[in-house]
Amino acid sequence: MEQQSATFPANVKKAIADSQLQWAMTETGPRFIEKRAKARANLPEFDTLRDQARDIKDHVLAHLDLYLERYEEKVASSGGQVHWAETAEEARAAILGICKRLDARLATKGKSMISEEIGLNHALEEAGVTPVETDLGEYLIQLRGEPPSHIIAPAVHLTRDQIEADFRKAHTHLDPNRDLTEIPTLVEEARQVLRQKYLDADVGITGANFLIAETGTSIIVTNEGNGDLTQTLPKAHIVIASIEKIVPTLEDATTILRVLARSATGQDFSNYTTFSTGPRRPEDPDGPLEYHVVILDNGRSNVLGTEFQDMLRCIRCGACLNHCPVYQAVGGHAYGWVYPGPIGSVVTPALIGIEKAKHLPNASTFCGRCEEVCPMRIPLPRLLRHWREKEFEKHLTPGAVRSGLSVWAYFAKRPKLYQFGTGIAARLLKLMGGRKGRLSSLPLAQGWTKYRDMPVPEGKTFQALWKERRHG
Amino acid sequence: MDSARARIFSRIKRSAAQVDEARRIAAVEARLNNPQRNIVPERGVGDEAHRIQVFTRLMTDVGGTVEVLDDANDVPAAVAAYLRNTNRPAQIRRGKDELLANLPWHRAQTLEVKEGRAADADTASLTHAFAGVAESGTIVQLSGPDNPTTLNFLPEAHIVFLEAKDLHASYEETWSRLRAIHGPGQMPRTVNMISGPSRTADIEQTIVRPAHGPKDMHVIIVRSK
Repeated sequence: MEQQSATFPANVKKAIADSQLQWAMTETGPRFIEKRAKARANLPEFDTLRDQARDIKDHVLAHLDLYLERYEEKVASSGGQVHWAETAEEARAAILGICKRLDARLATKGKSMISEEIGLNHALEEAGVTPVETDLGEYLIQLRGEPPSHIIAPAVHLTRDQIEADFRKAHTHLDPNRDLTEIPTLVEEARQVLRQKYLDADVGITGANFLIAETGTSIIVTNEGNGDLTQTLPKAHIVIASIEKIVPTLEDATTILRVLARSATGQDFSNYTTFSTGPRRPEDPDGPLEYHVVILDNGRSNVLGTEFQDMLRCIRCGACLNHCPVYQAVGGHAYGWVYPGPIGSVVTPALIGIEKAKHLPNASTFCGRCEEVCPMRIPLPRLLRHWREKEFEKHLTPGAVRSGLSVWAYFAKRPKLYQFGTGIAARLLKLMGGRKGRLSSLPLAQGWTKYRDMPVPEGKTFQALWKERRHG
Repeated sequence: MDSARARIFSRIKRSAAQVDEARRIAAVEARLNNPQRNIVPERGVGDEAHRIQVFTRLMTDVGGTVEVLDDANDVPAAVAAYLRNTNRPAQIRRGKDELLANLPWHRAQTLEVKEGRAADADTASLTHAFAGVAESGTIVQLSGPDNPTTLNFLPEAHIVFLEAKDLHASYEETWSRLRAIHGPGQMPRTVNMISGPSRTADIEQTIVRPAHGPKDMHVIIVRSK
């Protein structure tokens, strides 16, 4: 997929000026937060489950090679096949190879972020295989040729009016005078159009929320039932997953599933949680005849054993996006690649390189809500800070910021001088503020004062006040 | 692709190189050969009446319907009544499940009962659940000729027969039972956990039912004698 993370500041300007996007974000943002809070309040064990979910993944990451080996054995013994892909290109080649061998023309697809990461749809099209996204949100953005703007709600940036227009443009076989003003009518139309695709498809491609080493099983979680129709009806089921999706046992998968839906949509459990092991058995009247799992690395193994390893615990629930003030203000497309929000700002530099991800580690106020709600307890602000350090080390930080930081560092390393300087500055600012107590313009910070006044300091620095209080 | 595999594994192993290999292998073997339960929520734990009550509340919350009977022989009539009340043709599709096959279908004479996997034209299906899970109002279906997977997804109405003795407090009990039947590390082709009729919230975060799967889900629980 094309990467536009490097132009984040320009992307943000565009997003803030986009009134439809702003309406959609304002309308939907708070709903996610309420739903999760309610689900958490209804389960007393929720936070303990989070601790255990974190521990399970940490254990897996410390033994990843061994669990992957066992998983591969179990898939083979149940009649399936594992394909290893070091890069996006290799993953695409593996999938195209299967499609070609089966002479596939139509591929239905369940929702998969990995599919977005490797740009699978484009590759399928070029190879003469028509990909049809069946998750409603993914279908909507496929019609528009857009990337997802949210990990679990890919079309969260769209309004029903935009969707109505897209449907009229795409579904030309239907009555042009039909009424599409209500949301249920739009959903019903998509159901009708996609139902035939499930029946006609040659291969079904899904992602995987988890891979279970104990049994060689892949798990998908959906609410629409689209993933199940996708993987059950065609000749072959192709699963695409990344190396860190492994969990040891059914019990371990269950523990993490308990926090996944609650963190994502506020449901106790998704409508459909499906465990797939190998292809159709001799006695089975339905199910795919072939079962393939493409396991992608794409830079993840380089993250193991580094200060960034915790990001590999992510289960892609989207809670950090829903609670991020930056994401909620600009939406997902501004981040410029596949994974938006706080986790995107951490994962993107690891997968495409900090040089290309550029500004993303700075797309945070460090308010800490992401870490607070992460079901896998990923220390997102700390990981973002590590990326900022890397950025600084690699001299990617803009010159003005670098010299500003150097000046600040000079003072910060000399406490006496620092206190003296800040004391003067505090008094000076108070003087400048006059009776009003506010500054409408501030040297070096016009970007900030352009939109608001700066309240002036009360005359003393924090450290001076602290000293007084301690002695007083 | 084999070289891709080798390179991926060598990078993963490098990250764990400082730890004793024998100990790592032992830890993995222990965990896989003797699966342990993590914390299990209290919510579903209790006697049969409690489990039915929790299951019913949660299934109803997500748009499903639940009916509780004392006698399995009343299931055919209940199925016929459900179809009538939801204005559907008096037809169902079911698999080869023995318990379903042996129900007194003659008690619902107008009902047409077809056997096999689902076809696109089927309007309603009946399956026999392997288990129910009280803690989230979930039913568990296993693939195979008894209850083909397509029955859970293609027809507009999915009717589920659940014996109360199989209604567990938690998912973990389902796993223990499954291991006892299939052997450790073995699974049916598909295990479907289903919690209510299909839905989507992809347009403006507004919940709409159905999405692609069934529009209605009706669970008939038969109490233990």
